[in-house]
Amino acid sequence: MSTQATKKPFGVPWETDPFVTPWPEMRPFWAAAAEGRFLMPRCGDCGKYHWHPRAVCPFCHSRKIEWIESPGRGTIFSFSIARTWSPPHAIAFVKTAEEPVILTQLVDCDFDALRIELPVKVKLAPVEAGRWMPFFAPER
Amino acid sequence: MSLSGAAYIAGAFEHPTRFAPDKSVALLHAECARGALDDAGLTFRDVDAYFCGGEAPGASPAYMADYLNLNLKHLSGGELGGSGPIGYIGHAAAAIQAGKCDVALITMAGRPRAVGQATGTEKQNFPSDIPFSPFDVAFNWSILTIYGSYARRHMHEFGTTSEQMAWVKVSASHHAQHNPNARLRQVFTVEEVVNSRFVADPLHMLDCCVITDGGGGLVVTRPEIAKSLKRPLVKLRGHGQAMTVNNGGMVDMVHTGAALSGPLAFAEAGVRHADIKYASVYDNFTIMVVMQLEDLGFCKKGEGGRFVMDGNLISGVGKLPWNTDGGGMCNNHPINRGGMTKAIEAVRQLRGEAHPRVQVPDCNIALASGPGLINGVGHYHSTAILERE
Ligand SMILES: [Zn+2]
Repeated sequence: MSTQATKKPFGVPWETDPFVTPWPEMRPFWAAAAEGRFLMPRCGDCGKYHWHPRAVCPFCHSRKIEWIESPGRGTIFSFSIARTWSPPHAIAFVKTAEEPVILTQLVDCDFDALRIELPVKVKLAPVEAGRWMPFFAPER
Repeated sequence: MSLSGAAYIAGAFEHPTRFAPDKSVALLHAECARGALDDAGLTFRDVDAYFCGGEAPGASPAYMADYLNLNLKHLSGGELGGSGPIGYIGHAAAAIQAGKCDVALITMAGRPRAVGQATGTEKQNFPSDIPFSPFDVAFNWSILTIYGSYARRHMHEFGTTSEQMAWVKVSASHHAQHNPNARLRQVFTVEEVVNSRFVADPLHMLDCCVITDGGGGLVVTRPEIAKSLKRPLVKLRGHGQAMTVNNGGMVDMVHTGAALSGPLAFAEAGVRHADIKYASVYDNFTIMVVMQLEDLGFCKKGEGGRFVMDGNLISGVGKLPWNTDGGGMCNNHPINRGGMTKAIEAVRQLRGEAHPRVQVPDCNIALASGPGLINGVGHYHSTAILERE
């Protein structure tokens, strides 16, 4: 996976992404993502995972958030296909094995084969602004 | 302390335009303010409180207060999304009850059609300092794909069908045919709705609301002032607000904020569902009416699809006359915000001023409810219960 870090299709480093720079406490997530590693935040006090990531646990408000490397497995909780876009794409809510539901875009998929409960796996990929985002694709 | 009876809606005005290429946003707000004050029989000099939402110039009440040259003792506003004006009815009543003001003006206006906005499908350009933005925005989700996902989950869990959801559009169109200002006056069939093209499946083009320019205004006053005016008396009986949150990702996607704001409003009003003669429920997408009617308690969770079928929402036909102006589905959805028009049609029904073909006989208690600003699976929500005195 680490070879992905050297690929820069948009030629933009993640460090200067305007969605990364205002959030110093989120840098570990984006640094790992650019190396192809998917981190999920887990509370060191109550033990729960949450999404979207933040530096304060949304359940017990502890500041002891740990970044845990995740295989990024889950199932489709729901989805909708943006038909009028060019190109069309599928937006999905993925129920992760860690429990939180993640809003994402599905890639490498046949729209007609999508269904709720279909197993999916994270696929980190760079976006135009530079950071690597957790897209998901059906498990092969 | 309760807001029940603390304030009255003395003025209500829906701008007749649906397309405003020759008017600014500020001018539309001003015309809505003037219309609501004229309706109440009050003037700009009587106004001592002002509320508006994020669609107002500068996303603040300050700039419109200056434009209108208001002399205020109380003002508030900010981005609560579409149902903001229903929320502001409660904010105004609370301020009146606290003795902070006597006559509160609420305006809402904009012109998405004039500027060619593709509201439902456009990418949501949230600024980078909103906490979810870095993790969501680049996926190009739109309002449509969020509500499309809601719809699919509801269909999956409860067996709700596209035909059932289509009844929401069909019912609205039966009302809109009588509204000369409605954006769409064509009566639709279930077949036409489910055979319209997919925009964000399972949602079709005709599962969506219209895009219109325009707006509306409300005047909320102290009881003594309302009683001194010549208009029928419409009292705030109960009010509720809520923000559904994403709960760190622990979400079910089948509940709306109506499950929170509805019970608060019903409890404050001290009324039962059978007492509600008319309901305005924000219809940005057909699925949201199905879900909110469940969450408001008009039917059990999961039965909303069956509840809206066979004309049950059509005035004179079904058990729950709903959105008798044609709603956001067919009449008006100014600047992509449905709360103002929901409150206005509820006031019309209570005054007996709805179109005669859709007027509910002896309409003494009405509800106006809707979602606002979307935040992933979460959203703002407000509900008002109003009574004719
Ligand atoms: Zn915790």
